[in-house]
Amino acid sequence: MLDATARKSFPVTITALLLLALSAPLGLPGQPQLQAAVALACVFFWSVFRPDSMPPAAAFLLGLLTDLLSLVPPGTSVLVLLIVHGVALRTRRFVAAQGFLVVWLVFLAVAAGAAALEWALISLLTFRLLPASPALLEFGVSAGFYPLLATIFTRAHRGLADPEKA
Amino acid sequence: MIRLSIPVRQALAKLTLPVLIAASFGVMLLGKADAVLAERARMALADTLSPLYALAAEPLARMREISDDLQNLWAMKAENQALRDENDNLRRWHAVALALDAENTVLKANLHWIPDPAPSYATARVVADAGGVYARAVLLSVGPDNGITRGQVALDENGVVGRVTELGARSARVLLITDLNSRIPVTLENSRARAIMVGTNGPRPRLMYWPEGTTPAEGERVVTSAEAGAFPAGLPVGTVRYSSSGVPEVEPAARLGRLEVVRLFNYGLRGIQPPENALRPEGKPVVAGRR
Repeated sequence: MLDATARKSFPVTITALLLLALSAPLGLPGQPQLQAAVALACVFFWSVFRPDSMPPAAAFLLGLLTDLLSLVPPGTSVLVLLIVHGVALRTRRFVAAQGFLVVWLVFLAVAAGAAALEWALISLLTFRLLPASPALLEFGVSAGFYPLLATIFTRAHRGLADPEKA
Repeated sequence: MIRLSIPVRQALAKLTLPVLIAASFGVMLLGKADAVLAERARMALADTLSPLYALAAEPLARMREISDDLQNLWAMKAENQALRDENDNLRRWHAVALALDAENTVLKANLHWIPDPAPSYATARVVADAGGVYARAVLLSVGPDNGITRGQVALDENGVVGRVTELGARSARVLLITDLNSRIPVTLENSRARAIMVGTNGPRPRLMYWPEGTTPAEGERVVTSAEAGAFPAGLPVGTVRYSSSGVPEVEPAARLGRLEVVRLFNYGLRGIQPPENALRPEGKPVVAGRR
């Protein structure tokens, strides 16, 4: 019973831990963009492949965590991650059956939309037109980092995060 | 749990996402309307996490030192020569500085100079990056009873790092000089011209609004000026460097990418604070109905 619960909560826990770890001063180039990219990739992957383990409430809380860890107006990442979750759920039937490349392409589209939406929301909420280069960097980092995360998560999806293997 | 029929349960499950999206709009509105609440939420999370980050800070600093050493191994010979030249230069300046110091003491004694009171300071360790994609800030882990208030100036051993914007029980958030919202009144040391240093979220803030007739010179030292009561005058900020497009930028003297320990000085200046900070600069919550 405990094992099944632990397996079910693995996706959310690993996303939260990654977000917290990426706040530490690791000195990586583009680290804040990497944090946002990891949130996007995790929510997208688990919403497509194991939506039971990533309910909408989890996307809400992960978005809130991302917002409170940085100085963005609270609620921006919440909305973006909820929309990513919703899109992933809607296209789940088609996407989950495809190979890795198609899933990556779909994720590219989603990440582009998410970066643009976040830029627009923060510009609106802070009443100033922000430069677009951090958003482009965020899109680039999301696109580049997704394969690594997807490889690791696919192994987890088949093994560690599968509640039926409890 | 309450037993619901399957269609009802399915309908409720379909409703969750729209309700949560509406809740996210609510959170945005709340965050915009009540900035104090947003700040308190952020600092509550930071207070919870800062002991954990502080635990990890020492090992991380050691690992970065090791990776720096490895990188320096490549350029050791050239760096050695550069350091020797800099050492010779600094020895000469050391002699000049000692002579000037002696002359200064004699002059101050003759003029019956009243010295400025030495500012008190608190030292804090930087434990996390706290800015996000569109802001530049760091999180400090501070002990209890630290005497830190909002608006205090943070300096590392080389120059100005930023100012304290948010304060919790165990942590403080410092907005760096490179942040988009940071505007610091500065003086160019050689020409004594006043200017404003505006952050751009990039590695080098820009200089703006210098008086006509004086152009910032390449390599000129930039120090804070005492306008608007935000900073005391004379704190080192950086050097003027021109970017490739001819815009004067300031190379910060502080090592903003490698902050480990900063000092928060209490000069007794608050500067210009947003209205919600006016009542409680010390960061303690206002208890309604009590004094």
